Amino acid sequence: MHPFSACPVWIIFLPLVNSILAFLFRRRGAQLGIVTAVGLVPPLLGLFWQVIGHGPQSYPVGGWGAPLGIDLYADGLSIIMLAMTAVVGIGCTLYATGYYSHGGEGKEKQHHQDSALFWPLWLLLWAALNALFLSADIFNLYVALELLGLSAVALVALAGGPSAVTAAVRYLLVSLLGSMSYLLGVALLYFAHGTLSLGLLGEVVNSSPAGFAAITLMTAGLTMKTALFPLHFWLPPAHANAPAPVSTVLSALVVKGSFYLLLRLWFQVFTATVTPSVANLLGILGVAAILWGSAQALLAQRLKLLVAYSTVAQLGYLFLVFPLAQGTGTGFSAWSGGVYFILSHAFAKGAAFLAAGTVLYGFGHDRIDELVGVTRRMPVTMFAFAIAGVSLIGLPPSGGFIAKWLLLNAALAGGQWWWAIVIVSGGLLAAAYVFRFFSRAFRHVGEISTCRRIPRSMELTALALALFSLGLGIIGPAPFEIIQISAPLSGPVLSGGLP
Amino acid sequence: MHQKSGFSPASVIILLLLLALTGFLGWAIVSLPIQGASLRTQVLANMEQSGVKNPVTAVLLNFRGYDTLLEITVLFLAVLGVWSLGTVQILDKVQPGGPFLMALMRILLPAMMVTAGYLLWVGAYAPGGAFQAGAILGGAGILLLLTDVRFASAMARWPLRIALTAGVSIFIGVAFGSMILGGRLLEYPRDLAGTLILVIECVAALSIGITLVVLYIGSRPSEADRGVSVKSNGKRKERP
Amino acid sequence: MSVSVLYSLLGSTLFSLGLYGLAAYAQLLRKILAINIMGSGVFLILVALAYGPGENSPDPVPHAMVLTGLVVAVSATALALALACRVQETTGSAQLPEDESD
Repeated sequence: MHPFSACPVWIIFLPLVNSILAFLFRRRGAQLGIVTAVGLVPPLLGLFWQVIGHGPQSYPVGGWGAPLGIDLYADGLSIIMLAMTAVVGIGCTLYATGYYSHGGEGKEKQHHQDSALFWPLWLLLWAALNALFLSADIFNLYVALELLGLSAVALVALAGGPSAVTAAVRYLLVSLLGSMSYLLGVALLYFAHGTLSLGLLGEVVNSSPAGFAAITLMTAGLTMKTALFPLHFWLPPAHANAPAPVSTVLSALVVKGSFYLLLRLWFQVFTATVTPSVANLLGILGVAAILWGSAQALLAQRLKLLVAYSTVAQLGYLFLVFPLAQGTGTGFSAWSGGVYFILSHAFAKGAAFLAAGTVLYGFGHDRIDELVGVTRRMPVTMFAFAIAGVSLIGLPPSGGFIAKWLLLNAALAGGQWWWAIVIVSGGLLAAAYVFRFFSRAFRHVGEISTCRRIPRSMELTALALALFSLGLGIIGPAPFEIIQISAPLSGPVLSGGLP
Repeated sequence: MHQKSGFSPASVIILLLLLALTGFLGWAIVSLPIQGASLRTQVLANMEQSGVKNPVTAVLLNFRGYDTLLEITVLFLAVLGVWSLGTVQILDKVQPGGPFLMALMRILLPAMMVTAGYLLWVGAYAPGGAFQAGAILGGAGILLLLTDVRFASAMARWPLRIALTAGVSIFIGVAFGSMILGGRLLEYPRDLAGTLILVIECVAALSIGITLVVLYIGSRPSEADRGVSVKSNGKRKERP
Repeated sequence: MSVSVLYSLLGSTLFSLGLYGLAAYAQLLRKILAINIMGSGVFLILVALAYGPGENSPDPVPHAMVLTGLVVAVSATALALALACRVQETTGSAQLPEDESD
């Protein structure tokens, strides 16, 4: 048995086993986190090498093979998602070692207990993400989604206090509703076609009533979990009130998990059932998300709430992929734009939330109007936030710019110029709320507020993630070849003049 | 306590929408093929190699064992989540049961244990298995918790964490063991399949039972309970 | 119509009723119960349709899916109830506040 072929197994089980160990050995949580972060790099590199060199990889668990058994499957999209998870995950792990070692936002005694259970929960969330991105079985995806959702809810509630706990309950109820809807879709698909394997379903699903019901239910469930307008109401309180490393993971990774599944289902399974009207509906809701989220971010009084509403707005861009892919010849450009957007948003929003968390840690509050002298107290953190803001607005050179460029090209080439207007105005709105914060942060009148000592790890990880989002813009077209590996759409990448 | 009256316009609209949803789902269900494709034939064809005689157990613990592994992980996650919310002092909330209840428990508890053991064993041949046995064990544990103070104090002091994680750990251990023996993840050696499944189910049933009791308690055992042991007459004694 | 289709229609009715309960009631405990009802509806559909007409034994895969789904639902309900207790302790009421202001 070739040792490399078990890479998917290591990627899923390393965080899982370390989570159990972190539960049993309470004082070793941070070390086990670092072990996981470091230990995930070799199997990820191995999987990358395999997929790039030999095409999509399939691993039949139990030796049975689909449809009887469950397959683990890795193609270009999967490894990009895994790489994104690893980068943000490593950053958050390093940040959390600093955050939880010196006491955080709560009282000291509460804090020791918080950190004791943070590590098992966070490692389990990481395992759930990896399991989600590697699974090719729709029922296994349901279990992975539940694992992801429940660990995310538990992490939100870890902050204690009434606002965090109510936000966690709201998140849990929406998450469960979404999962139930998805499960009903799974049931209908199984009884209609007799298989639970994504690959086999892709060949047999047609536009029967059961198929139509299944795509409706699954889309409804997954869009709820990705906080698409108007079912976004749970996201801002949950992401704003969670502890700092948790907010980062939620905005950067967890919402992308359900969106990734939606992309897979729409473009690989339900290709015969998809109608342009539903795609346009998703696009319109995405536009509403961009406008509403940006407006609320402009009005937000707290920094973390501003960043959370920014997530709502940025997720709206992702839903433009569906109508944009309907145009002729624009399919692959829209698809790769969406994937690029997922990546760049993960890095940029991750950096933004880490920076915002550092501000809250240092000053004890994050009310924007009172954050006087922030740039003098925390220059590295603010620099990271600025770079993240560049990517969120979509200015070159950043990953956000390339992603929006791809989406714009898809819109214009497909003759759907109205989406292009939205993309551009979304960028302007993002500029507005980012500058709103910085106009206050740069103000130096009055006394400088007192600030706690910030651990180096917290500052540097925020900066590192921000630089990643910038680096994405500089390496430009390199990820396209990876995205192309067994992508469901093919066609030219409409780069409109990019090198 | 307010309840929405059934006649406001918003309620009527919601009810109509839900009626439409039920109709939509019903239309989808009625249109399903009567004798549609299913995995039944494949499962039955591979039954000899699965090591058990009951098709559902074979699917749960062999063909789709990975799902079951993740599902036991979700149960463990529930404990993590519930424990992260706070602590409780169990001993303050437990009272010894009255004489009638204790007499009933003396008959009921052994019967429950035997039933759980039977369900666990018969899972290889008929409906049954680890989860069913674990559920009964959980029920027995909750009854014991409510009536016997010694059990409650034991719950705080035990190597509780080991008991909670034993199920997941053994499953992962067997899964990786199969890999080391030259197969894929969870690919049991054919002649050992039945035995391995039994081992996994035994440990998992105990783990599930303890997990359900812990979830019933609802919070992390507090440090104060650790230092107290309880004698059979209900008196407490501080441990040195 | 066959018995299994009848039961599965019942399951879809339960699903919708649960959805109504989730939306209509403000108290957390009722919302949690509503989600459980929705889950029961989905499981009923799975179990009902597992019996094809003229078959002696049911399809084992939906039964395994229901067993897994039940355990996941129990875990989720446990977490939800613990959170509801915490909400009661920290805010003093068993309902979610209407607005999302921090």
